[in-house]
Amino acid sequence: MQIRRFKDVLAGRFMLAAAFFSSILVFIIAIALYLRSKPILEAKSLGDLLLGSTWMPFQGEFGFYPFILGTLYVTALAMVFAVPLSILSAIYLAEYAHENARARILPMIDLLAGIPPVVYGVWGVLAVVPLISDIAPVIGKLGIPFLSMESYSTGYSLLAGSIVLAIMVFPIIISISEQVLRAVPFEVREASLSLGATRWQTIKHAVMRIAYPGIAAAVILGFSRAFGETMAVLMVVGNVPIVPSSIFDSAYPLPALIANNYGEMMSIPLYDSALLLAALILMLVILFFTLAARLILVRIERRMTNG
Amino acid sequence: MDKRFEEKLFKVLMLASLAAVLGSLFMVIAVIIWNGAPALTFSMITQTPKGGYYMGKEGGILNAIVGSLYLAFGSMILALIISLPAALSLQKDYIGKTKAAYYIRLSLDVLWGTPSIVYGAFGFIVMLYLGMRASLLGGIIVLTFLQLPIMIRSMEEVIKMVPSELKEASYTLGATRFETTTGVVVRQALPGIVTAVLLAFGRGIGDAASILFTAGYTDSLPHSILDPVASLPLAVFFQLGTPFPEVQARAYASALILLLIVLALSITSRALSKRFMKNIIR
Repeated sequence: MQIRRFKDVLAGRFMLAAAFFSSILVFIIAIALYLRSKPILEAKSLGDLLLGSTWMPFQGEFGFYPFILGTLYVTALAMVFAVPLSILSAIYLAEYAHENARARILPMIDLLAGIPPVVYGVWGVLAVVPLISDIAPVIGKLGIPFLSMESYSTGYSLLAGSIVLAIMVFPIIISISEQVLRAVPFEVREASLSLGATRWQTIKHAVMRIAYPGIAAAVILGFSRAFGETMAVLMVVGNVPIVPSSIFDSAYPLPALIANNYGEMMSIPLYDSALLLAALILMLVILFFTLAARLILVRIERRMTNG
Repeated sequence: MDKRFEEKLFKVLMLASLAAVLGSLFMVIAVIIWNGAPALTFSMITQTPKGGYYMGKEGGILNAIVGSLYLAFGSMILALIISLPAALSLQKDYIGKTKAAYYIRLSLDVLWGTPSIVYGAFGFIVMLYLGMRASLLGGIIVLTFLQLPIMIRSMEEVIKMVPSELKEASYTLGATRFETTTGVVVRQALPGIVTAVLLAFGRGIGDAASILFTAGYTDSLPHSILDPVASLPLAVFFQLGTPFPEVQARAYASALILLLIVLALSITSRALSKRFMKNIIR
């Protein structure tokens, strides 16, 4: 009897310790990154670092502006493609699709989430980049703002990066939105349909109104996934440290900056500190977005369980 | 707008969107198979790179396949040792209903969202601090961190679904919390636990950014846990970066191998969870 009690207590302690360790990891990472990026934060003002546009580590110039804008542009453009397609797909799966069809399609969506980033990168290099290299000169001549192109395009561009990213965030937005939509009580639909609304009107006016925060959370989670994605983007985006003015221009997002330069920067003063600051910026931005999305989802879950 | 027209329009739009999403899945798979299959030879999966391999000479990527399997298995086992107890402690029999559990879940969700390049940078700092160089051990540790939130949160989802009546029956028979947890909860949740582990394994084997600085890269098979180790995702990346078409074709073939592993994992996970499902009391 004693031994059984002892085992129970011991196992309980161990389980708690494991949970505690896993949960403080995020703080350990943030603190470690902060401590290592402190030298550059002390040497330069944060404003100069974030808004400076010269990146010359050998001269001690560390301006993150082109990289931050590169990340924002590629992510935003990816969301332009991904959000409407994902939400419409999720609505179809949750509201229209037959049970059997849904059971077959959802695993495929999960599969999309399971494909490794480098495989998407290779696909981008093989399929997207050549296509853009072909169409960019044609569209570039039309003189549409943000779609212009001055000369020959390699295809390694903002557009290529965002197409690859869009496909990578499909599964995140679709699976969360689908769950959120299916959690909307059935009575809501019945009430609307009984008033003579069509199915789409019901979805638009009744279901979406309730599901809206959850779908927003899904979009935010997709955004933060795209924001930090490294390898797939790095392989197709061109990596030129300029502020892109057209979707056919190359860009250089923050994660790609870290991946391309880390490991070889030890001899240059402040270089490693600057790259770790980039990692810290990425982490804090994503932390903020993830927290916001999760808080929304937790509230929805509570409402569901409390009735 | 006429409401019938609107209904039809959106139905068409929805179907088109779904077709685009599924179409992109098939397109990715088809393009990788189409370009990878011609370069995929037997020697590619049975040999390590010989001299001049990266200029198109003889050899294969056995070093990367073996390296990736070591990395993924090592980290999967380490992550499982931490994740299963952590997920079990989030039951309501332990701390599940407390404020602490709420914050633990939240911080795990943030950890899940953290990009793998950040894990890589963090891993590198830790290794510098410990005086380690890029090695199998370094890669395993970083991948373990990467997999922890995935495993814990997905396991917790299935552990939560174990009916409390079953646990109560076990308590009534005089079993302790620990006995109930191992004897009833883990068994009931086994299909979901297996799925969670394979999900994390797939994430571990495919990730490149986190092991870029922590696992290193080498043309030989690893002899010790402190040696640098090659990996499939990085093999794809490095071979693609060479200017030689023969080597780039091998990058496509390596990507195909990686894709096949991931597809096999997904099918296995489905089959296994169906199989374990038979032993479950509903």
